[in-house]
Formats: sequence, C-alpha cells, structure tokens
Amino acid sequence: MTERPSRRGRRFPVGSYLAAVVFAVPFLLPFYLLLRNSLMTQAELGALEWHWWPEKISFTGFTDAFDNSTVPLGRALLNSALVAVISAPVSTLLASMTGYAVARIRVAAARPVFVLVVATMMVPGAATFVPTFVVVGSMGGVNTLWGLIVPGLFNALAVLLFRGFYLRFPQEIEDAGRIDGLGHLGVYLRLALPNSAGLLAALGVLSFIEHWNSFLWPLVIGQDPAFWTVQVAMSTNLTSQAINLPALFASAVISVIPLALVFLAAQRYIVRGIMATGIKG
Amino acid sequence: MSLRTGRPGTSAGPVTGPAPAAPRRRRVDWPAWRAFILLTAPLVVGLVVFKYVAMGWGLLLSFSNARGTIALGDWAGLANYRALLDDPRFRTSLSMIVVFTLVIVPLTFAIALGLAVLVNRLRRGRALFRTTFFLPAAVSYVVASLIWKMSLFSGVPSSAANSLAALFGQEPTAWIATVDPPLYWVVLITVRLWLQIGLYMILFLAGMQEIPGELYEAARVDGAAGEWRLFRHITFPLLRNTSVAVTLLLVIASFQAFDEFYNLLSTGLAGAPGPDGRPPLVYLYDVSLVQQDYGVGSAGAFVVTLLIVVVTLVQGRLVGLGRKDGE
Repeated sequence: MTERPSRRGRRFPVGSYLAAVVFAVPFLLPFYLLLRNSLMTQAELGALEWHWWPEKISFTGFTDAFDNSTVPLGRALLNSALVAVISAPVSTLLASMTGYAVARIRVAAARPVFVLVVATMMVPGAATFVPTFVVVGSMGGVNTLWGLIVPGLFNALAVLLFRGFYLRFPQEIEDAGRIDGLGHLGVYLRLALPNSAGLLAALGVLSFIEHWNSFLWPLVIGQDPAFWTVQVAMSTNLTSQAINLPALFASAVISVIPLALVFLAAQRYIVRGIMATGIKG
Repeated sequence: MSLRTGRPGTSAGPVTGPAPAAPRRRRVDWPAWRAFILLTAPLVVGLVVFKYVAMGWGLLLSFSNARGTIALGDWAGLANYRALLDDPRFRTSLSMIVVFTLVIVPLTFAIALGLAVLVNRLRRGRALFRTTFFLPAAVSYVVASLIWKMSLFSGVPSSAANSLAALFGQEPTAWIATVDPPLYWVVLITVRLWLQIGLYMILFLAGMQEIPGELYEAARVDGAAGEWRLFRHITFPLLRNTSVAVTLLLVIASFQAFDEFYNLLSTGLAGAPGPDGRPPLVYLYDVSLVQQDYGVGSAGAFVVTLLIVVVTLVQGRLVGLGRKDGE
C-alpha cells in the first residue's frame, strides 16, 4: 500500500471550472449592464448599435436622479434606510425574546402562546396584504412611517428558530446564573442573548435585505410620494410614460450598492441564516 | 418510591398519612409570569393585531359590500366570492399562476441543484463562484425588472437579447410588448430564475455538507464510480429533506408572485398588465387598491390563501413530509 492516493490525487476538474465560468456569465451580465447603463446618455441607450462601454462616461444620470421633483429619490432612500435599519434589529430581537420565553420559562401559557405564534406561519404573508391594509388603514397607518414599518416586525418563523436554539441552551449555564442571583430576565439578557449572537446576526442581516428590497407592502401603504421607499420610487419611474433611463439606472445603482456591500461583508451570516430558515421552513 | 414528594397534587397524598400540606402545591410563580409576559407581549400583541384581527376583519369584509369603505355591516353573503369566481380575469390569473408555477419550480430546482453540484466539485475558488451565483439575491425585483425590461430584453436593436439575436441574423423583437407570440414569458421566467437560483443553491450546498464523505469513498471502492451514478445513488437520495423544503418554498413563493409582473408588464401605477400576464396578487392589488373594492379584495385574499395552504398540504402529503422528521 505504498500508492496511497493523496487527497489531491484526483484530476483537477477542468471541465467543472469551464462550466462554472460559462454559467457565471449570465449571472454577472445584468450587473454589468446596470453599471454600464447608468454611465451612458439617453441617446446612447437608445442607439441601434450595441456598445460594450459608453464612449464618454457621463454622470448626468446620477445628478438627474436626484433632480426629479415628482419622484423624490433622496427622501425615498432615507425612508428605505429607516425601514431597514429599524426593522432588522427590532424584528430579530422581538423574535428572540419570544423564542426564549416559550422555550425556557415554564408557565402554563408557554405552550398556547407558542401555538398562537406558529399558527400564523400557515398564512402566506404577501397573499393577505388586503386584510393587513384594512387593519393598518383603520388605525390611520396609510402614509405614515409606522404603517410602513410596524406590520413587518413580527416574524413567526424567526421565533421558531430562536426557540429551537434556546431549547439547546445548556441548563448548567442558566443554573449558574440563577445562583448568582439572576432572574429570568437576567438570564436572558446577560447569558442567553449574548450567546445567540450568531443567530441574531444571521437573521438580522437577512431581515435587513428583505426589508430594503420589499415592494408590495410599501407600494400599498405609502401612497404619498413622501412615504415612498426607494423600490417604490424606482417602480414609479419604471412604469411611467416618459423615462429618463440613465437616471433610472443610476438610482438603481445607488439602491443596490449599500446592499451589495452588506451582502459581501456578511455572506457568512447570510448563508447561515438561509440554512436555518430554509431547512425548517 | 418518593410518591409524596414527586406527586404533591395526587389525591393519594392526604389519605396515606399525615403529609405536611405541601407548601409548594401549584403556587403561581409570579416572577416567571412577569418575565414571560414582558418578553412575549410585544410580539404576541403585534401578531394578534396584524394577523389575527386582520384575518378576522378581512373574513367579515369578504361577506360585506365594501366598495370604497372598510366598514362592516352591509352584508352581502357570498356575493363577493361569486363575483370573484365569475370574473374571467380572476380565473385567468389562477390558471396563469398555475402554469407559471409548473414552469418556474422545476427549472429553479434543477438549475440550483446543478449549480450546487458544480460548485461543490470545485476545489479552489469555490467561494468566488458561490458568491457569483448567489449575488443576485441582494438585488430587488424592482431593480431586476428594470434591467430586464429596459436593457436585457428591451425592444431596441441594441438591447442584449436583440444584439445576440442579430448575430444569428434575427430581426429585433419586442420581447415584452407582444402577446403573440408570448415572448414575455421568457422575460418573466429568466428574471425570477436569476433572482432566486442562488438562494436555493445555498440550501442544496448546505444539504450536501451533511452527506458523509465516506459514502462516496465506499462507492468508489465498490467500483460504482462515475459522477452520474454517485449523484443518482448517493447525493440525490440523501438530499431528500432539502429537496422537499426547496420545492415547498418555491411553490409558496411562486403563488405569491407580484413584483416582477407589476413592474415588467404594467404601464402605469394605476394601469395593470393585460389579462394574460396577470397573477392573482396583481389582480387583487387592482381590485382593492385601484378600484377600492375591499369586499372582493378580501374574498380574493382568502381564496388565494386557501389555495396555497391546500397545495402545500397536498404536496407535503405526496412527498411524505413528517414521515421522517429531521428534527
């Protein structure tokens, strides 16, 4: 047995690399077009000939995007930022709190509350936007920031995941905390919560992306331009009659860049979050 | 046998002897209750208001005449449901979304699984390719619709699709603006593929990490080499739980399609795409937010919800979900 095949003994998979490169092209092409178009002029975008790159790089798209008075892009970006920056941590924390309580606090209500929460997962979120609109509308939530944000803060799936995590949280650590004089809240805040930082980050980043990109609910609830998110603002331009294409592509670039950075920086957490949500979902 | 200490609440207690009237008997643990309520109340109140009250109100509204109002009281019986099911535009939207689902789900499934196998075979640069296929997940449906509608598949001769077609001597085509032939389907399918493949590829990759490497080694020793046979006899069967989850998620997502249909096919905020390319949620948006008929809109929400729940349950039953619980 002298010829034990080393781990690198097998052939270098040339075919696989070739296939991966070929497949990568259609995945990257739209990003390239997005960037290219944002730097072109309207005339060049409507040209008869395909151009790999603008003849002269133009930034008028970026200035035009902010100059449009009917579609206030700056305000829309601010609204989107507020929605995502508030929703991601708050919704994740609320789910963590509930998940901990139903997993570790033994009161008679734990089981019924858990069932009440999980039962809502049977109802698909987007399909019920009309009833949600009716309730939020009756509370005066149309064209308000809270109407935009609050209905999206209650994530039953995240509760389920946090409950699973806290069920596996070692009893010894909880007991040690108790001996040190911590109550239920103390154990949660000082011990359980810090220990779940990984899951908090994973679900928090996913939630951030979801809220930044969400479209249907902001479209329904933000009817006044002052409450448009960046997605609604872009959609308004995209579906209008006269379109300033470079400006539209420029605003798309501006809306994608912060998210792409978050995405690349936090990919580890995103993958972990998707694995957690997808497999149980 | 610690009958007394172990079961303080049993009726045997007082009879068997002068047991001290168990002082801890069913004492309410107030600190625990307080902590429980503090921790759960925000989320539970939110769910009750925005899910339970909303669904209850919506259900009542679906039995009411509610044009331009969300007030209850003007009961209409089943008229809204009848109007809905009699409306050919709603029926078209249902058959449309079924066809869309039958196309998009297997396509996404196959490509995502194929890419996962491919990426898993790479030794160096695996992270780079994984990121490449996954990156579109950071893009919104609105931005993707913009790129697809105005650049990839726009009608101008210099659009990517028309430039490519020109290489083969084809005339420029209006990809979205025509119903005959229904080329807009190519646009609708490819945009969703681009956006969602990466996510499901990640799920498959995660599932593959769970498969013990020894299985492949053993198969190779047994002479069962050949990548396809290894895939068919080891990888795919052992990905069963992941496959079930992926299929369910894909179907639920497909039935709730809205964003790309609205942005690719509509011509104005109030305008709706033609009847051929309108899924149920776009129809419901039109009925409730544009025509402001909240009765029919609510009825539609329940019909679509019921449809999704039934499809999910039937599908779960078909693939034997729950027969082998993962956790």
